[in-house]
Amino acid sequence: MMVTLKLVCTEKFFGQNNSFMSAVTLKNCIKKYGDFVAVDDVSFEVQKGELFGLIGPDGAGKTSVFRILTTLLLADSGTAIVEGHDVVKEFQEIRNKVGYMPGKFSLYQDLTVQENLEFFATIFGTTIEENYELIKDIYDQIKPFSNRRAGKLSGGMKQKLALCCALIHKPEVLFLDEPTTGVDVVSRSEFWQMLIKLKEQKITIVVSTPYMDEAKLCDRIALMQNGKIMSVDEPKNIIKSFPKTLFAAKAKNIYKLLQDFRTDKEIESCDAFGEFIHITLISEDANEERVKEIAKKYNPENFKVKIIEPTIEDTFIRLMREQNNLGELKEIVNGK
Amino acid sequence: MENKAIVCKELTKQFGDFKAVDKISFEVSEGEIFGFLGANGAGKTTAMRILCGLSYPTSGEASVAGFDVYKQQEKIKKNIGYMSQKFSLYDNLTILENIEFYGGVYGVSRPEIKERSTELVKMLGLEKEAKKLVGGLPLGWKQKLAFSVAVFHRPKIVFLDEPTGGVDPITRRQFWDMIYEAAASGITVFVTTHYMDEAEYCNRISIMVDGRVEAIDSPAELKKRFNTTSMDEVFYELARNAQRAAD
Repeated sequence: MMVTLKLVCTEKFFGQNNSFMSAVTLKNCIKKYGDFVAVDDVSFEVQKGELFGLIGPDGAGKTSVFRILTTLLLADSGTAIVEGHDVVKEFQEIRNKVGYMPGKFSLYQDLTVQENLEFFATIFGTTIEENYELIKDIYDQIKPFSNRRAGKLSGGMKQKLALCCALIHKPEVLFLDEPTTGVDVVSRSEFWQMLIKLKEQKITIVVSTPYMDEAKLCDRIALMQNGKIMSVDEPKNIIKSFPKTLFAAKAKNIYKLLQDFRTDKEIESCDAFGEFIHITLISEDANEERVKEIAKKYNPENFKVKIIEPTIEDTFIRLMREQNNLGELKEIVNGK
Repeated sequence: MENKAIVCKELTKQFGDFKAVDKISFEVSEGEIFGFLGANGAGKTTAMRILCGLSYPTSGEASVAGFDVYKQQEKIKKNIGYMSQKFSLYDNLTILENIEFYGGVYGVSRPEIKERSTELVKMLGLEKEAKKLVGGLPLGWKQKLAFSVAVFHRPKIVFLDEPTGGVDPITRRQFWDMIYEAAASGITVFVTTHYMDEAEYCNRISIMVDGRVEAIDSPAELKKRFNTTSMDEVFYELARNAQRAAD
């Protein structure tokens, strides 16, 4: 039994019609607003059942990508397919199959919690009861307030209601645009617990966030900046791709150390990371002793250094700099 | 004795039965970078509004830059700067117009505004954009400009309400460089953030839960007390039992 199941799955995954098995396929997508290129030749694929993260700051192009995929925005060029349907030709099919939670709270403020949920169930031709299992865990937390108007809910409650409304028609793909922005550490961690539970119910989830520490909770992530995707992979592979030895150093006066290191010719990069600064050296054979030698020049008090594993944020910063350098090179080549 | 930029004693703000701020007491020294953290709905914004002279407390005492929050609100406003991610600059004014407007509001003289705005624009590397509308600037530049504008009149204290939300990781760090510079020049910095790595950049932080200040110390001491290596965990330990979750 297990073997057959496995075979079927494998066949499906690696079958001829590959795009059929992807929940989302975006190919060479471009979206411009006037001269501004919001989405700059973006391609990626999300597998069914995957928890996929779009990681990047405001203005990276995340929301435009979401709006293209949820058929709310037309791309200038490129193709986008969701659950086997083209976003332009078959937008109606897609709208029935996806749930979308926009970054901005978009429920009806004057309707109660219950009324909002009923409204969304009805327009999708279903009932709350029919798909109650799916939202139960989340809805239970806001049930005590079911007669309260949505506009009067707290931030965390609004977020939970919005998620319930996006789930009520049992979508195959769930799009969540920055669900945790501006939310404190505790609520953020609770929200991700909910997402991981939803994933167990085989829903494909595409989620965006500006918080790099949330990236590691995704199966795969795309790092986005200036409308471009800098890297798409599993978080652990993205971390592995960091090409240099990374050091974490600290001293009593961390800010002075940072300033000193910035001027040092042997140091390639140094960035503040909480109580530490993260450093890479220009030289390929870097070790802790070498960093200590360099530090000696500046007489830092209580200097400590160790080799560490890079975080997603380290990688993001590095890729951003590479992108910027490339941009500058292009400008030089183009004679600007 | 060390001068205090902010002093709060049992400061309380009540809306009906609801104690948004519940007897908070703390002091911030001049030139300090003070992180004001808390769960959503803990009462940070309410407390900050009182300290900025925008709202009266129900009871307790507080002074900001030596001025009383009950009787000297206007003097407080003149001596502080404020910036938040949500409200900072006017998109429909140019960079220079924004500086001129804020400088004027805070009573900086015209010749001084003229001289120093040119300086500022140069320092930020925005000479080419100086006469362009702020609305068209990338977010990172806007944030840096907003901060510079908030300290343009050389206030004693600057209040920063989640200044780096949504900003890319490089700009976020450049922003903190500016905070350090401001602090080094003697400006007291009072900052809120949801990034726990940024909490580490503060000299001291306080963590608010359900209207009360539950902890206040240097990041290193707090981590020691909670026997952990990350500020995330300190925050989590303190805030996970929060009853309130309003915004």
